[in-house]
Amino acid sequence: MSATGPELVCPAGTPAALRAAVDAGADAVYVGFRDETNARNFPGLNFSRAELADARAYAQARGTKLYLAINTFARAGDLRPWRQALDDAARIGVDAAILSDLGVLAMAAERHPDLRLHLSVQASAAHPEALAYYRRSFGIRRAVLPRVLTVDDIRAMGSQTDVEYEVLVFGGLCPMAEGRCFLSSYATGRSPNTVGVCSPAADVRYLERADGLVTQLGAFTINRVADGQAAGYPTLCKGRFKVRGEEAYIFEEPSSLNAASVMRQLVAAGVSALKIEGRQRGRAYVAQAVAHMRALRDAAVRGEPLEAGDLAGLEEGARSSTGAYRKDWQ
Amino acid sequence: MAETVQPELTLGPLLLHWPGAAWRDFHFRVADEAPVDTVTLGEVVCPKRWPFNRPYLEAVIDRLQRAGKRVVVATPALVGNDHDAALVRELAGHGLPVEINDMAALGLLQRDGRPAEIAGPGVNSYNEATLRHLGQQGVSRAVPPPELPPASVRHLAGLSAAGSGDLPALEVQAFGRWPLAISARCYHARAYGRDKATCQYACANDPDGLPVDTLDDQPFLAVNGVQTLSHAYACLAGELADLARTGVRAFRLLPQDVDMVAVARVYRELLGGDVETSAALEAIQQICGAVALANGYQHDAPGAAWFEA
Repeated sequence: MSATGPELVCPAGTPAALRAAVDAGADAVYVGFRDETNARNFPGLNFSRAELADARAYAQARGTKLYLAINTFARAGDLRPWRQALDDAARIGVDAAILSDLGVLAMAAERHPDLRLHLSVQASAAHPEALAYYRRSFGIRRAVLPRVLTVDDIRAMGSQTDVEYEVLVFGGLCPMAEGRCFLSSYATGRSPNTVGVCSPAADVRYLERADGLVTQLGAFTINRVADGQAAGYPTLCKGRFKVRGEEAYIFEEPSSLNAASVMRQLVAAGVSALKIEGRQRGRAYVAQAVAHMRALRDAAVRGEPLEAGDLAGLEEGARSSTGAYRKDWQ
Repeated sequence: MAETVQPELTLGPLLLHWPGAAWRDFHFRVADEAPVDTVTLGEVVCPKRWPFNRPYLEAVIDRLQRAGKRVVVATPALVGNDHDAALVRELAGHGLPVEINDMAALGLLQRDGRPAEIAGPGVNSYNEATLRHLGQQGVSRAVPPPELPPASVRHLAGLSAAGSGDLPALEVQAFGRWPLAISARCYHARAYGRDKATCQYACANDPDGLPVDTLDDQPFLAVNGVQTLSHAYACLAGELADLARTGVRAFRLLPQDVDMVAVARVYRELLGGDVETSAALEAIQQICGAVALANGYQHDAPGAAWFEA
C-alpha cells in the first residue's frame, strides 16, 4: 500500500477506455491482447501489440502503471499464443503480467525472471498457503483474491503472507470460485478458462412467448421475465431456475458487486490494491467508475465519511451487492 | 502411438453427503464387490460433513485394503479458510496417497514434507506445461477438469504415456455427475431457506444432489452443498476404448445414488473387451433410470450433450 492507500486498478478494453481510466485517476490499468490469452476475449475488444506499446507510453507519461492479463489456461499442444504474449509483455515493458495457469506461470518465471507477476483471480488462490506456494514456485508479487472471501478472511490473510493482495470492489459478481467453474462450457461448450468467455453472447437467445421474455443459453432456459422488467446480461449463474418446486435465483440475483459500503474495512484489512472489473465496458463507464471509486478510496484512507454517490445506472440489473465480503452472503 | 496398457478403474471421492453408517456401508460394499483398482476416500466439498464419517475411516480403509484395493484420500475442492486447511492436514496424516484439488493443499503438504501423488480436477491441468510443473512436484497422476477438450485429452495422454518428460499419467472421469463449480456460498442451505452457518445439513436430504430444473422443466444441474454438479451423469462408455488407446491410464467413476457395483462391473467389462459398447450403454442407462447421460465434452460440444456411440 502506498501513502495514498491501496492502488486503484482499473479495466480497459480499448485504447479510448485506457485513456479515460488514466485521465480519471487510475493508479494502474489492466488490459489484454486481442486473442484467447485473456479472459475477456470479446469481439471488438482488447489491444494489438502496437496499441499496447502506445498504451504503455500514454500511461507511463502520466505515472500510471500498466498490467497485462494473460489469464486463460493455455491449450495443450499449442502453447505459442501464451508464450508469445509473455514475450511481448516483457518486450513492451508492462509493469506486471496477470497470470493464472501453472504452465504459463512456469514459462514466465523461466523466460522472463524480471517480469513482475500477479496471480489472476482466475487462479482462485483463497488461502495464505496457496499464495505461499505461488510465491516460492514462480515468485509472484501479488494475488487477486477470488470473490469467495469475507473481509475477516482477507484481514487474516495479512498476517500470514508476504504476497500483496488485491480485491475486486466494483463490477461483475462471480458467486463461484473463479477458474473452477465449468457451468458455461456445460451449457455452451465455451468457457472463461479455455477461450475467455462466460455465457457467450453467440449462445444467448431471446424468445418472445405468451408467458414473457424467455432467455436461453445454449439448449437451456435460464430466465423468463415479464415484459419491461429489467434484466442484466444473462450470465448462467444469475439465471432463475426451479428447485424444490419453486422458481428462484438459486445461485445469485442478477446483481453486480459494489464494495463501497465495506471500503473502509477492506482498506483496514491491508489490501494492496482495489480492482474494478469491466474490460468489456465503454470508456464512459470506466471514467465514471474510476472517478467514483477513487473518491471512495481516498475518503476511506483519510477516515472521512463515504459519499455513497450514485452508481446505480452502472450496475447490472440495477442492483448491487457486497457479495462474499459479508459473512451472511454464504 | 503410445503402447496400449490396460487402464485402471478408480472410484473417485463420494462428493455427496451420505453421513455415518451409509458412508461406511457404501464403501464396505465397494470393498467386497466392486471391480475397481483404487478407491478415493475423504471429504472434498464441505469440512462440516467430515465428523459424521471420520469415526468409520479406519474400518473402511482396512476393509478396502484387505480386498486388495489401493486407497487414496482426496482433499477439499476449495481451500478458503483454516477449517479447509485443517482437513487437508488431517486427511494427509493417514499416510495414504493424497489427491489435491487446490494449490494451498500442495503448499501445505510440501511444508509438512509429504508428497502429493494426484492432482485432482480442481487443479486445472489444461496443458503439458502445467503437467510438467506438477510432475516436478512429485505428482504422478492428474485428473483434468471436466471441460478439457478432446484434442487436449489425447495430446496430454499421448505425451504422458510415451514417458515424455515424466509427465503425470492421465485419469479421466468416465461416470457420474460432473463437478462443475465450487463456491463459498452453500446453495443447498439457500434452497432450504438457511445459510451456511445454519444449514442443519440440508445436503443430507438429497443423497444424489438437489435437482435444478430450468423454468421449462428441463433437468439441468444438481446442487451439492457449496458445489454445483451436472444433472446428467457423465458416461464415456462409447469413448473408453479410444481414450485408452491414446494413453489415458485410468478412468474415474464418481459415486452416485445408484448401484455403483453394477456400474463398475460394466466399465470393467468394457475395458476388458468383454462387452459390446451398445450393450454396455444399455446396461448403464438401465442402472441410471431416468437420469440422462452426457458425453458432450468429449465431442467438442456443450458438456450436457449426448452423442450416440
